Order: sequence, then structure tokens, then C-alpha cells
Amino acid sequence: MDWTRILTLVVAEFFAPTTAAYALAAIGLNIHFGLTGLLNMGQAGFMLLGAYGFAISTIAGWPLWAAVLVAIAAATVFALILGIPTLKLRGDYLAIVTIAAAEIVRLVGRSTTFTDLTGASSGLRGNQYKGSFQDASPFPDGTWALGPFEYAVNASNSWWVRLVGWAVVALACLLVWLLIRSPWGRVLKGIREDEDAVRSLGKNVYSYKMQSLVLGGAIGAVAGILYVLPRAVQPDSMGRSMTFFVWTILLLGGAATVFGPVLGSIIFWAVLALVKLTMRETIPTTVLRSEQIEQFGWIIVGVALMLLIIFRPQGILGDKKELAIHAH
Amino acid sequence: MRPVAADPLAGSPPRAARPLTLLLLVAAFLTWSVLGLATAPSARAATQACVADAATGCINGTIRTSAGAPAAGTTLTVDGPGGESTATTDAEGRWSVAVTEAGEYEVTLDTATLPAGETLRLPDQNPRVVQVNLGSSSVALFPLGAPVEAPAGGDDGSTDEPSAAPAPGSGTGQAATAASSGSGITAARVAQLTVNGLVFGTLLALASVGLSLIYGTTGLSNFAHGEQVSLGGILAYVGTQLVGLPLVPSAIIAVAIGAATGWLQDTFLWRPLRRRGVGMIQQMIVTIGLSMAISYVFQFFFGAGPLRIVTDTPQSVMIGPVRLTVTTLISMGVAAVALGGVAYFLLGTRAGRATRAVADNPALSAASGISVNRMIRLVWVLGAGLAALGGVLVGLYFGATSWYSGGALLLLMFAAVTLGGLGAAFGALAGSIVIGLVVELSSLWIPIDMRYASALVILILVLLVRPQGILGRATRVG
Repeated sequence: MDWTRILTLVVAEFFAPTTAAYALAAIGLNIHFGLTGLLNMGQAGFMLLGAYGFAISTIAGWPLWAAVLVAIAAATVFALILGIPTLKLRGDYLAIVTIAAAEIVRLVGRSTTFTDLTGASSGLRGNQYKGSFQDASPFPDGTWALGPFEYAVNASNSWWVRLVGWAVVALACLLVWLLIRSPWGRVLKGIREDEDAVRSLGKNVYSYKMQSLVLGGAIGAVAGILYVLPRAVQPDSMGRSMTFFVWTILLLGGAATVFGPVLGSIIFWAVLALVKLTMRETIPTTVLRSEQIEQFGWIIVGVALMLLIIFRPQGILGDKKELAIHAH
Repeated sequence: MRPVAADPLAGSPPRAARPLTLLLLVAAFLTWSVLGLATAPSARAATQACVADAATGCINGTIRTSAGAPAAGTTLTVDGPGGESTATTDAEGRWSVAVTEAGEYEVTLDTATLPAGETLRLPDQNPRVVQVNLGSSSVALFPLGAPVEAPAGGDDGSTDEPSAAPAPGSGTGQAATAASSGSGITAARVAQLTVNGLVFGTLLALASVGLSLIYGTTGLSNFAHGEQVSLGGILAYVGTQLVGLPLVPSAIIAVAIGAATGWLQDTFLWRPLRRRGVGMIQQMIVTIGLSMAISYVFQFFFGAGPLRIVTDTPQSVMIGPVRLTVTTLISMGVAAVALGGVAYFLLGTRAGRATRAVADNPALSAASGISVNRMIRLVWVLGAGLAALGGVLVGLYFGATSWYSGGALLLLMFAAVTLGGLGAAFGALAGSIVIGLVVELSSLWIPIDMRYASALVILILVLLVRPQGILGRATRVG
């Protein structure tokens, strides 16, 4: 067994673009759930809308900044549509509606009716929309190696995606850190703990919840862009399971913390890679096919989510006293 | 707000041994998975040529004729960054290609090598492009059948998640709908779709009544209920195809095992959680984890492909302008008897009245001598059994079941339950029929592959106008 290779690949997951994208999506969800107590079960819908918004407007010839704005605007409108009927209702209604709405986005995206726009179930190919992002890179083309990690500088799964991705994650962390300390963030936490108390202080709870939903959703849309930059936009890979992975990451790292989502994402992807690679090396393919190893990895994720929420709902970094999970 | 059953139970003293039960459960589950490895996969592993690892990616697929038989000897060409290679389907219709470089690959099917009389259902998707990553498998599918023009709903409404699970709607049971999904609204077509909607709604009701009962008595939104439905279908498949039993006994066994899993779940998972005083939201997230784990367990053992419970083409009969299969007619009878039984149980028996009392006010029913925990367990057994029956019948109706056949229905179940009023069992029945009709009839106006979306739009609209649902009481919700 080649432990050096396995460890190299596991360490590569620490700073992979996918890890950054999931960390960012979990930061968005943290604003919903960790700060405000909103049960958004449709984060993948925000991500998919962001990905479509970015890819379709880039293909239509819009510049990079406009395409990113389109993605954020799509997520904002989506959040408003979801929030208006549900934010006044009990928490599990928001959960059901968001998961249904994310599914609607996926079903419409994969429908053959809009093949010209979305490419139906085969999706949009990466090369169609990566151009403007790669051209924005100030670095010369080619490949560059840092120790054992060698990637293209600009193309596809590149250092450029990693650099931008983690810079965005760092900015989002800073934003959450500032928000938690701000009066606005204190109102959100108040809503999470006791909505009626905040209402009796004269705050417009509905409006604050809506702002939280929009902000977290917009961050989710940017995460969606990051997620599709090294690959293609495929609606079926951004379905319900993606939302559940984001939840697992958030609960693993610790909701209502600044670095919880980042730590959660790194641990999630690194442990998953470690388990799968070790199984591939040690278990002969006659016993376990490669798809089965993939599936076994996801089974572990499901069981881990159950155990986490039962035994350590505050995650690694969280404070159990702060996060008493209950619905509104 | 509806009171939840957890409140009176939370008062009982927590025992230190409870977390242990959970750990044992998980350990038992893992042992079961590992033991299963030796048996299940070996039968299927023989022809799998490509194995993805860190330096290899796979593109694969299975080609079946429009009748569902494997199409052997079909040639495919794969071209992309890693060079060009060809593959030929084996006796089971499977093909796979190993590539050593990630990127986008163009897969072309040589239509001249298809079995006689077969054509591609989506001719404009040949060649098609797949994204391949090293260390994982990508799937390129080429459905066979009568050619469909691109905008007319070529995907047949399959709502599968990643990879290739064929979802409800792609099987032969649906042939009548597919054939009639041309343009134009005729009386015959409306009649056919209405009947299809009633059939689909009744099958959906089997699953959603259980979901609603569980919500009513415990306050839990069970996201793993879809997997209970898949379980029924898959157990029936195991009974008929792997064990070789006739359909009826294997269906009965599937329902019995399904009901037993309800008992097991409540005994080893939900009751300990209620005792620990774990909140409803936490329990809901537990159901999400459970749903994920179970659905991948299904994929692990049975793969992502369709599983046909019965392989012979069903007989169909014409009733006026409406075409139905004999199987569907019998299924309707079975479903009606089961739903009638549930109605009698809830209205006519002592246990049923006790169940409704627990749903209404658990604290008061506990005080008046009803064993709340026993009622909840009964509801779990009943709900899981009904879901398994629904899974078997849905599998027969759509021609095949799969790991995702229940998961695809989960949101429709939630839509039905919310529409009827969360927790109201008869509301769930009414809601299911409405959702069934909406799903089928909406294909008169919108493309057939978006019909599930129409039901979910209804869900959101109902919450906007009447959050307590059709039959729910107008109490303050939230």
C-alpha cells in the first residue's frame, strides 16, 4: 500500500476547490441556521441557481462581474419567493418548502423544454463558461507545482480557482465575524433564541428573517459558482444530497461559529478521501466494486450526520449552551 | 401550534444505557453491511471491467431495448482528452471504458449495431458529452424506444438524482401515458390522465397516510419515509427475482418486513431519542441522515439501475376510452382495501380512537390512561407497513422499482400531507388524490418532465393561502 500517495491526495483535499465551495455554502447556511435558526433544506437550490445564473449569462456574452451579479440576483429573488409564504409559519414548513423549491429548480433545469438554455439533464459544459474567469487571472498559463501538488495555473481545476475560492471563503468568514458582533447579528441571534421576545422589543422579526435568508442564499449562489468552475453544471449532481452534505459539514464544524463551516468542510472531504482511498487500496475489486466504495463513503456520511446531531449537535467548535436547536 | 408527543415523555427519567442502544444499533448496521458484502455483489461484479481509482476514471452505462431486455453487442466510441477508445456491450447490456485523464468525453453510439428494430429514444443526444473525473464513474445513457422530438418531454419525467436510476415514469406501465402525451387536449386524453391521476394519487396516499400519522402522533417530519417506500419495492424484487417466489407471497413478505422495520426503528431509534429529550428539529435531521444512509445502502447492494419486480409485459384492458393494465386494477383494489382498513381502524376501533387522541393531545391522553408510547409504536408499524405496500404497488405500476423510487415520491408525499393539513390522516388521503390529479393533468399544458414540479408549486401556493391545509383546523401555525 502506498501511504505517501494516499496522504498526498488527502492533503490535496484540504485546499481543493470543492472543499472551498462547500465551506462557502455552509457559511451561507450558517447565517440561516446558526445565526437565525432558519431551517433551509434547499441550499443546493441556491447553489444551482447561482451556477445557472453565472454560466448562462457568461455564455450569453456578459462580463465576469455581471455574471456574478446575475447569480446573486437569482438567489435573492429565489429567497424572496421562498420567504414570503413561509417565514411567518413554523420552522418545519420552511424546511419542506425550501427542499421542494430546490427540487423545482433542478426539475426545471433538467427539463428538455429549456435545453437551449440549460442543456437539460446533461447540463452545461465547463468550457462554455470558464473563459471569462480564466482570462481574469493575472498569472501566465502553464502548470505550477507546490511540493507534490501540481495543477494548471489557470485552466479548469487550477491554482487560480483555489486562490479565488479560498479568498472568497476568507472574506465570507470576516463578514460573519463582523455580523455576529454587530447589533444586526444580535437581533438575529435573539430571533433564534426567542422570536416572541425580540418581537416584543419592537423589532420586525419577519424582515430580519428575510434579510438573513437573502444574505445566506446569495453566499450559497457564489458557492455554486465556485463549485461549477472546475467542472460542469449538472443539475442532478446538485440535488438533495448536496444540501444534506452541506448540513453535515455545518453540524460537523459547529453551527453559529465563524470557522466551523470551514473546518467542517476540510474534515468532511479529507476523511471521506482517506476512507475511500484506503478502501480502494486494501479491498480487492472482486469483493467491492469502485462504485460500492463511493456508496459506502456516503453511507458513512449519513450515519455520521445522525450520530453528530444526537450526541454532539454543537459540532467541533460550537458551544452547546449557545446552540439549543429548536424550531420557530 | 400543535402539541407534540415528546413533552410528556421527556419527563421520564433518562437512563444511562440508552446511548448504548444507539451505538449497538449502528454497530449492528455496519456488521450487516459487511456481512452482506460477501454475498450480494459477487453475482453482479463479474462483468464490471472498469475500476475507478485515483488515476483512472470510468464511463459506463447499460443499454436496454425498449422492452427492457439487455442489448448485447452494441458498439460505442468514446473520444476525449485521454484519447479514443471503443466499447461493446456484454450479454447484460453493460459497457464501460476506462480513461486516464479527466475532462469532457464525447460518447457516440453506433446505431447500426443496435438490435434489429431498435432506435434511440433521443436521437439528438447521440453523441453526448459526459464529464469524467479521475477516481469516479460517469454514466452515459442511451435510452431506446420510439424516437421523441426534443421538446416533447424526452426524459419521461424521470426525477432521479445522480447517476442512472430510472425513476417512476420510465417503465412500461406508463406506456399509456407516454403514448398519449402528444399535443392537443382531447376528451379521451383527459379521461386517461384523470384515471392515471386517481391511480397515482391512491398509490401516493398509501405512503403519505403513514407519514401523516407519524407526524400527527409524534410531531416528526420523517424525511426517511421515502426509503420505507423503496424498501417495499426492493423487497418485492428480492422476493420475485432473487428468491424466485410468486408475486403475491413476496409482496406480503415485503409488507411484513416493512412493518417490522417500523417497529425496529421506533424501538431502537425514536423511542430512545424521545427519552433523551432530543428536540424535534434534531430528530428531523436524524431522519435526513437515516434517509441518506438507507438510500446508499440500497445502491450499495442493488446498484443504481432499475429493478423489475415482474418481467412479463402486463395485460391491458380498455374501459371506455381509458387503458389500464390488469395489474393496476388489482393494485387499486388492494390499495382501496388497505386505505379502507386504516379508516376503519382510526374511526371504529379503540386503538384507532386512542391514536387520534394521542395526536390531539398527548399529555391529556397519557393522563386518561392511554399508553402513548404503545400508540406511537403502533403508528410506526402501520405507517411503515403501508409505505412498503405503496412501494410494491408503485413498483408494479411504473414497471420497475429502484433505490430512488421512494425518494422521488417523498416531496410529493410532503405536498400531499401539507395540502391535507399536517397530521390529519384523512387530509393526507385527500391531498394525495389532488396531487396525483395535478401531476398527471398538468402534463396537458406543461412538458411531461416538469409535472412533478407542478405539484411542488401547488404546495408552496397552498402554504401562502391556507397553511393549515384543506382539512386542517384553522389554528395558529407558528
